[in-house]
Amino acid sequence: MTGRGLKTAMPRKSETLPIWSASDIVAARQTVRQWAIDMKFTLVDQTKIVTAASELARNTLQHGGGGTMQIETDENGPYVGLRLTFVDKGPGIPDIQAAMKDGYTTGGGMGLGLSGSKRLMSHFEIETKVGEGTRVVVTRWK
Amino acid sequence: MSKLAEILKRHQTDIQADWIKEMSSVNRRKDLITDGEVKQQTAELLESLVEASKSGNVTDMHSSQYAPVRDFLSSISTSRAKQGFTPSETASFVFSLKAPISTRLRKEVKDADELFKELVISNQLIDNLGLYTTEMFIKTREQVILRQQEEMLELSTPVVKLWEGVLALPVIGTLDSARTQVVMESLLKTVVETNSKIAIIDITGVPTVDTLVAQHLLKTITAARLMGAECIISGIRPQIAQTIVHLGINLNDIVTKSKLSDAFALALQKTGKKVVKAERSQTRAASQAGGNDDPRKAS
Repeated sequence: MTGRGLKTAMPRKSETLPIWSASDIVAARQTVRQWAIDMKFTLVDQTKIVTAASELARNTLQHGGGGTMQIETDENGPYVGLRLTFVDKGPGIPDIQAAMKDGYTTGGGMGLGLSGSKRLMSHFEIETKVGEGTRVVVTRWK
Repeated sequence: MSKLAEILKRHQTDIQADWIKEMSSVNRRKDLITDGEVKQQTAELLESLVEASKSGNVTDMHSSQYAPVRDFLSSISTSRAKQGFTPSETASFVFSLKAPISTRLRKEVKDADELFKELVISNQLIDNLGLYTTEMFIKTREQVILRQQEEMLELSTPVVKLWEGVLALPVIGTLDSARTQVVMESLLKTVVETNSKIAIIDITGVPTVDTLVAQHLLKTITAARLMGAECIISGIRPQIAQTIVHLGINLNDIVTKSKLSDAFALALQKTGKKVVKAERSQTRAASQAGGNDDPRKAS
């Protein structure tokens, strides 16, 4: 009856943020959290989305050398979702299969950023080309 | 030599009057600055400008002759940034000098080519002065931000002693690398100083726990363990717990509790202490000794 997950009168909108420094990651997290709250995601979902955004934004900065994050609403039939797109023009990922494995790291981290964000979100897409950059698109459906 | 310097010197008072008029037509913050101050500041800037242009140099404001002008502008920007002026309001102080000077040049220089040349020079000079003012304004703001950041860094990492041998570290806000370093250092230092065996790290105030935060926490715990202190993480909210599971972070070796009070109870238990309910007679005795906080029981 509450119509959770169903499309409400929500305007399609989009916002793009730069990710060039550690403080940009903080700003990205806060913006994503605000969007998730505005879209009435549950507290758990909000936390998952924000955490995934934090991981991917840090990848964009650390491995991609900086880039952008685009936040937008997505619709699929009656469902609405929040889509995040991270784009960088960094060195790209040579071995994407390895990079998606738990515990694989080249940056001294825990190696859970990509695989973890995939588990936190409903939909995960990665395109990468060595020498050209990486583009990660994640969506969380309500 | 450029006519500009000469005209500035000769018509200093007229230009100042026009300038003040021009400024009041643009938005002048009457709430933040008085007429007297404006008069004094315009006079001072023109004075130093006339002095600097005496050398004939009216293009390079980064030269040594312009040092007094720069000093004055930076002091004006600094004070305005602190007073709460916007950057445009601050810059318009300088930019509103453009029209009076141009008008004056038009009156004094008859030859069109020469007039054009003088206008270009004076515009450039004022643009540079304006840009410099803005630069200084931003610098002041940045210094304020930097100072606040440092203050917050210090504020946000208090290590408190809960009991003999039990420390608590309530972490609030974002755990980035710089802060974790401060947190870790102050925790380890206090562990040694107080000879504590147990440290409770409370993350109730941490909005997001991602892999980097987890890694920082694990490193802190490992370092404390090397020094013989055991760490308990408390304040794990349901949504954080679920996120940690999905991310795949392994916290199996770490003792975690959802509440700080649970962690404290565990810490007391581990240090061989127990919290017991006071008997009625003991309560009375304690209250007479001044050890009871409840005034009703004392009467």
